[in-house]
Amino acid sequence: MTEPTVYELSSPGRIGIRFPETDVPQQKLPEKFLRNELPLPELSELDVVRHFTHLSQLNYSIDQGFYPLGSCTMKYNPRINEITARLPGFLNTHPLQPLETIQGNLAVMYLLQEWLKEITGFHSVSLQPAAGAHGELVGGLIMRAFHKSRKDNKRTKILVPDSAHGTNPATSSMAGFEPVNLPSDKRGNIDLDQLKSLCDETIAGLMLTNPNTLGLFEENVLEVINIVHNAGGLVYGDGANLNALLGITKPGDLGFDILHINLHKTFSTPHGGGGPGSGPVAVTKCLASFLPDPLVGIMEEGTADLPPLYGFIKPEHSIGRVKAFHGHFGVIVRALTYVLMNGAEGLRDVAKYAVLNANYLMVILKKVYTLPYDRTCKHEFVLEGVWDELPDIHALDVAKRLMDYGIHPPTNYFPLIVKEALMIEPTETESKKTLDEFARVMLQIAKEAHENPELLHEAPHNTPVGRLDEVKAARDLVLCCWRPEND
Amino acid sequence: MKTPENLKYGKTDEWVKMDGNIATIGISDYAQDQLSDIVYVEFNKDVDEAVKKDEVLSTIESVKAAGDVISPVSGKVLEVNEGLSDKPELLNDDPYEKGWVCKVEISIPAEYDALMSAKEYESYCAGRH
Amino acid sequence: MFIPHTEFERQEMLKVIGKDSLESLFSDIPEKYRFPKLDLPPALSEMEALQELTELADANNSCDELICFLGAGAYNHYVPAAVDMLLRCGDFFTAYTPYQPEISQGTLQAIFEFQSLIANLTGMEVSNASHYDGATACAEACISAYHHFRGKRTKILISPALHPHYSDTIHTYLGAIDKIEIADKSENIQIDSPQFLVEQVNENTALVIIQYPDFLGRIMDFTNLGKAVHDAGALLAVAVNPIALGLLKPPSEFGADFVVGEGQPLGIPMSFGGPYLGFFATRNELIRKISGRIVGETIDGKGNRGYVLTLTAREQHIRREKATSNICTNQALMALAATIYMSLLGKSGLRKVAELCYQKAHYAAEQIAKIPGYKVNKDWVFFNEFVVEYPADPKIINDFLLHEGVLGGLDLGDYYPEEKNKVLFAVTEKITRGDIDILTNLLQEVGND
Repeated sequence: MTEPTVYELSSPGRIGIRFPETDVPQQKLPEKFLRNELPLPELSELDVVRHFTHLSQLNYSIDQGFYPLGSCTMKYNPRINEITARLPGFLNTHPLQPLETIQGNLAVMYLLQEWLKEITGFHSVSLQPAAGAHGELVGGLIMRAFHKSRKDNKRTKILVPDSAHGTNPATSSMAGFEPVNLPSDKRGNIDLDQLKSLCDETIAGLMLTNPNTLGLFEENVLEVINIVHNAGGLVYGDGANLNALLGITKPGDLGFDILHINLHKTFSTPHGGGGPGSGPVAVTKCLASFLPDPLVGIMEEGTADLPPLYGFIKPEHSIGRVKAFHGHFGVIVRALTYVLMNGAEGLRDVAKYAVLNANYLMVILKKVYTLPYDRTCKHEFVLEGVWDELPDIHALDVAKRLMDYGIHPPTNYFPLIVKEALMIEPTETESKKTLDEFARVMLQIAKEAHENPELLHEAPHNTPVGRLDEVKAARDLVLCCWRPEND
Repeated sequence: MKTPENLKYGKTDEWVKMDGNIATIGISDYAQDQLSDIVYVEFNKDVDEAVKKDEVLSTIESVKAAGDVISPVSGKVLEVNEGLSDKPELLNDDPYEKGWVCKVEISIPAEYDALMSAKEYESYCAGRH
Repeated sequence: MFIPHTEFERQEMLKVIGKDSLESLFSDIPEKYRFPKLDLPPALSEMEALQELTELADANNSCDELICFLGAGAYNHYVPAAVDMLLRCGDFFTAYTPYQPEISQGTLQAIFEFQSLIANLTGMEVSNASHYDGATACAEACISAYHHFRGKRTKILISPALHPHYSDTIHTYLGAIDKIEIADKSENIQIDSPQFLVEQVNENTALVIIQYPDFLGRIMDFTNLGKAVHDAGALLAVAVNPIALGLLKPPSEFGADFVVGEGQPLGIPMSFGGPYLGFFATRNELIRKISGRIVGETIDGKGNRGYVLTLTAREQHIRREKATSNICTNQALMALAATIYMSLLGKSGLRKVAELCYQKAHYAAEQIAKIPGYKVNKDWVFFNEFVVEYPADPKIINDFLLHEGVLGGLDLGDYYPEEKNKVLFAVTEKITRGDIDILTNLLQEVGND
């Protein structure tokens, strides 16, 4: 089932699209700088459309089926978002246009800034970061700038829980800190005694995901935050799991100082096969002056007849720019559409039903799979994909077998503190029917693991390709299409 | 798990073979098994460069993990096993012979003495699961 | 809104869980902060939401109504119909990162093709799956170079003619690494930056980064710079405009080690600045030194060709604190757009678009230079952006142009105080001769006042 590459489909002389002839007098080209060859393929428009249509058919997607990837929040991507983001009035504006010509864009950004503030309980929001990890970097740089501004140079470490996503320690390093591991206790909460012993004047802060990657709400969250604050540190919230908290609680109220938000998780903007996302950062009043430059603000208040006049504001002690322009505007429009259509009660329902769906599956599946942390979960939960009596079956095998049933596997091997982890996040947009089918399949696979393990080991059987040789891919690196000239 | 008697071992899974004052360093059978199929080896120290105990000699990558070869001794790097660049799988297939990583001329013999014997290393590994 | 549960289903599910209400699932939230009021407007139906957003979009003056001569890192190029139509396919845009390769071959092969097209366009050997944008790709190039030398070389040299937003981004990223010294001050942005940089390279330099064509639109020969950089044992990064490479020699021919840039011109609408597409290409020996996702070719158990994410041990989910970057996503959907665009245009189409940009820009420059009071530097070799010196304050002249339906060039005085009254114009294949004539007539008219 191999689809040729664009180079293999290429035929010399084929044209995909015509452009008009030049309507100005011919100019002399700079001979010295002209390139000799342009090794791009030559395809007709139909070739291109067929090729990429074939490729799309090799993919699994939310549109096709259940996608219970923990920590990714694979909820339905509303079609209306695709319409609003493509409104020509938005799509065909240049980022450097004079302010009076892009008041609509600025209004969109201002509204989303305000509403994200309200939803998360913070003072200021920057929409500039391009992704969650980008927002994390901004958070790390703000922490650094804050402590530096107080001439507090001893704070070189950041506490990172052992359940944390890999971006957390990587971000800490990138922001010039040394990440220090913070263990969890038996209930899946932060170990308070360990936290107290580690909190001293060398700690710049704590990166906390709440609910954590086990899908559990930090039972001592107020005390955890207090301990860090008392030691002079800041608390950064990784907002990847915000879907469980919309309208349920505001991280700002709980005491977080900084939070990044993943619009492509919580706010229904599409994942796109791996981007683009958007990672706005929300902060408290005392950190607001460090946000990236620029923010959108109101230059002149509106009246009964006129809307406000919007413009850009540079935060006084800004850490600077983190990308070329204002942010992922196209993603921002989609998120705004989502908030407009949900309102306060709609968002609260999102969290309620996300948590209902997760607990429902957890209660059914824990009968057959080991649930290491048995308490009411939030929007996701983690199972072990192994059985003591079956040493040859791994979480990977369960995952691959799920594909044969037309279901995308849950997140594998993360968090690191659960062995052979399967992290399941159904999201609120899935119906009871879909969940019941998933549960049925998972129970079936558990049965197969015991009675017919070969089915798992050789899975997947029904996919466009079978298990791929990742060792070969890394050892015999082939990163570009073959072309006839290569031989 | 193979653990040759004539070698000494570090807590971070390196082995050392002494020949006069030249230490040959590699990773243990336990380590290569944990990493699984190794795909790349990067040397962090050049020939003739000084190395202190606990500094990173080399970084080893597999498809699912990356590990640092931490130097169990201090001294001067004499040779690195260039063959690992083309055939990183030598670390998996023959970790104690063809899969050697580095040769160091040691400066502090006491550091070698402080390493674990084969038996001590085996008990240490058994306790880790 | 998108929650399918019926009343009956909710009750059934609560029964199975053993709870009597949805609210009871949240008893672990501190009571004081539970169920806060959210002060948001009441929910709108789809129809109403579309209405409200349409009103906001209509409050803009887009480049459908205005003739656009703005460039500086975002360009008004034509986006072929096939690009957007293919991007609307749910199997592309509602898919996740391809961590399960067996059911993500579409995304993986598209990225593999993207890598190949970018490598070939830039003249390099390999490329990654993309970065957030051109600015962050430049910042990642600096970080990669720093780590390549294991911290032994601490100087990063930035060309004075690199896009100011790119320099700003590099400063923000590198600010966290105290050891690094960034040298980018110069008297004057207009100096011959390759020569200026040659004089500053030494054995403490990790990376020199330049732009081609540069921020002022100029094309310069940096063969000597490439040589000087390599003689000093350092690395050379070049930030490029990919459309320009349809016509111009790729930076590989001048000795580039890293080629980075902004892929927005390749079939991605301007969309007020994002989402865009950073690309990063390099030589084979350096591929492990760069950050970002990479797709490689392999086979399955039956010998079928397939694609997987590879060299993943560099990335954050494995290396954690030892990763050189925390980057987790690429810009997959935008990379797909660029791949479709480059495949559709192909060898002859991309050359054609580049030529049209070149021709029209040079005609415009020539015509503007003829207007009394306006100056264009005739010595500079440029692609499709050029600097015009206005006879008066650009705010006044551009304001006049705007009222007549023309978006004038970027006021360089806002970025470089010494470049008073200088304006950066960009011309793409969408601009017609008639548009240029309108511009010159207006410039003449306002110049007379």
